Parts: sequence; C-alpha cells; structure tokens
Amino acid sequence: MSDKETLFSKKNLKLITDPLGSQNPITVQVLGICSALAVTAQMKPAFVMTISVMAVLALSNVIISLLRNSIPNRIRIIVQLVIVASLVILVDQVLKAFVYDVSKQLSVFVGLIITNCIIMGRLEAFALGNKPWPAFLDGIGNAAGYGIILIIVAFFRELLGSGSIWGYQVIPEGFYNFGYANNGLMVLSPMALITVGIIIWVQRTKNRQLIEEK
Amino acid sequence: MENIINIFVKSIFLENMVFAYFLGMCSYLAVSKSVKTATGLGLAVIFVLGITVPVNYLLENFVLKEGALAWLGPNFADIDLSFLSFIMFIAVIASMVQLVEMVVEKFAPALYSSLGIFLPLIAVNCAILGGALFMQQKEFLNIGEATTYGIGSGIGWFLAIIGIAAIREKIQYSHIPAPLKGLGMAFIITGLMGLAFMGFSGIKL
Repeated sequence: MSDKETLFSKKNLKLITDPLGSQNPITVQVLGICSALAVTAQMKPAFVMTISVMAVLALSNVIISLLRNSIPNRIRIIVQLVIVASLVILVDQVLKAFVYDVSKQLSVFVGLIITNCIIMGRLEAFALGNKPWPAFLDGIGNAAGYGIILIIVAFFRELLGSGSIWGYQVIPEGFYNFGYANNGLMVLSPMALITVGIIIWVQRTKNRQLIEEK
Repeated sequence: MENIINIFVKSIFLENMVFAYFLGMCSYLAVSKSVKTATGLGLAVIFVLGITVPVNYLLENFVLKEGALAWLGPNFADIDLSFLSFIMFIAVIASMVQLVEMVVEKFAPALYSSLGIFLPLIAVNCAILGGALFMQQKEFLNIGEATTYGIGSGIGWFLAIIGIAAIREKIQYSHIPAPLKGLGMAFIITGLMGLAFMGFSGIKL
C-alpha cells in the first residue's frame, strides 16, 4: 500500500463494506457466534454488545498492528490475549459505571468477548499483516457486520417474543384482546439459532456464490 | 454428596454449555463434521475444564475476591481485586492448556497425536472461559463442587458435539435446499437439539 493512498480510498472502504455482506463474520466466516446468540433476546443488550465488541476489536486491531513487527511469533497468542483481556476489562468497568442494568443482563458475556473468535480471528488474519489504519477500518467493519446480524436477530426475537421493540410496546393492546399471544418460544435460546439459520438461508439464496458445495 | 450429584446433572443437561448458553459454538460448528474428530475435541474439553475450573476457583477465593487476601494478614483484608479476574482467568487457562499439552506430549504421545491440533485451540474456546466465569457467578461452597461443575459442563459439551457430528454425517445424504446446506442446516439442527434439551428443564433438583 503506497503512502499516497487517501484515508478513504476504494480499497479501504471495501474493508468496511465487505464484512457487512459477502464476508460477514457470523454468516460467512463463522466467527463470534458464542456471544452473538446469547444476548439477542432484546434489542438493547444486543446494541450495547455490538458497541463493546466494536470498541475492543478496533482498538486491539490497532494495537496489534502497531506491535506487529515486535511480537515474537511463538508467543503471539498470549500477547494477543493479554491485550484483548485488558481492553475488555476497561469496557466492562465502563459498562458497569454507565449502564449497570444492561451490564447485569449481559453478565458473563462481556468477559467472553476475550475469547470471541471474531477478535482472535481478525487479529490473526488481518492485524498481524497490515498497517494500523486499515486494521482499524477492518475492526470497525467486522464489528458492524457482527452487529447487523445481532440486531436483526434481536429485532425479530423481541418483536415476536415480547411484542416490543427497544423495550417499547409496539403491538397494540387490541390485538391481545382478539386473542393474539406473544410467542414465548422466541425468547428461549434455541430460537436464536434457528433465526440465524434462516438469515443464512435468505442471504445465500440472494448471493448464490456463498453456497457450500458439499 | 447429594449437592454434588445435583450440580453434576444440572451442568450436563439443564445448563448445557452449548444449548443453554451457546458457549464454544465456534469450534462446535467448525469441528463437528465427523464423529471421530468431534470425540477428540470433546475429550480434550472435558479434560481442560476439569483442570481449569478448580484452579480458577482457588484463584478466585484466595486472591481475587473481596477480602480473599485476608490470609496474608489483617492489612490485606479489604482488598478487592475482582476487576482483574478476566485477565487472571485467561492467563491461567492459556498456561494450563500449554502445560497440559506438554505433559500429554511427554507421557502419552499416542493421545497427543490424536488430539494434536485441538489442544492449543482450546485456549480460545469460549466454553473454557465461560466455565470459569459461571463458576465465579455461582459462588460454589468448596472446591469439590467447582470441580464437579467443570467436569459436568465438559461432559455436556462433549455430548452436544458428538450428537451434532453424528447428525451432520447422516444429513449429507439428504436433499436440503442448496442455500441451506452446511452452516445454515447446522444452526437449525442445533436449535432443534436445544429444544429437545429443554425438555430436561422440568427436572426438579
């Protein structure tokens, strides 16, 4: 990459847009599923989780990318884990200070950002071999791709499961009087998996290159 | 004794790592294409969880928790290091995995070559760190309970990955809509297995 390249050249923009669709971390790269599903029963925790992952991923990408020439190859995993763990501690303390109730809801899943494969995966695959600025964009892009899936899943689960969006009731009282009932199944964990399965189905029907051969 | 059996059954079936908390999903989906490799990874996870959960339990209760340092003297009685728990747990896990890998390589070369690539992978398996964090949340009374919890949740994970690997081997011969093949189907099967496992939630312990 030449030094003259502008900050938002086409190549750099692709780093942000690719993970939103054809290189989506969850539906295509199969990274970061663990935490993605557990926090999607409602939209608010899903959104907070996205922001936290975005902060950790972008910052750790930049730090690793700055250090990439001085980290000995053999101990790089430990170095990465230490950097990520320190960033996650920061995020955890910030969440506890400003949005305590959401932080209680996310419980162990904030800590699990450390072992979120999305972070290790991007550090290994991208930050170790690229300059800080593209690494930063890659972090933002992948976290956004992760967030989009989280928010779509959370939208459907909250709408169908609790009849609300972002905590506000959207399905009118009248419906319930006519016998409409919330689908309690959507709030339970297995439906998150099935919802993601359906999202993958829809995405691959639209973009047939992603279909697996076998 | 009764308590320990309760924790054991609960951690395998009711609070299954995969179906109830989605932990360790990344390796769960990536390594479940054949039963043989799934067995290897599953055994390694049981092993590592059985070691790291009790070690982290000791760490939590004698170093990190508020007042845990009291054994050093009265001056240390009100130190609260719990904000350090993430970094301590992950350090313990990474070093234990490294240690286990070296011990297995030295004393059981056959097992080492069959587990080979999976052992180092386990350091970044969310199920392991998840086990430690849930252990912290549940506040077990003694180390026996913590060990039981670690082994139990390892077995739960083992059952889950064997189950899906067997189903995925069979399903290769079925006609599935092309866009749903592979990953999409794996998600949906896991969801259905999760629904089945929810049947256990009626058990009163």
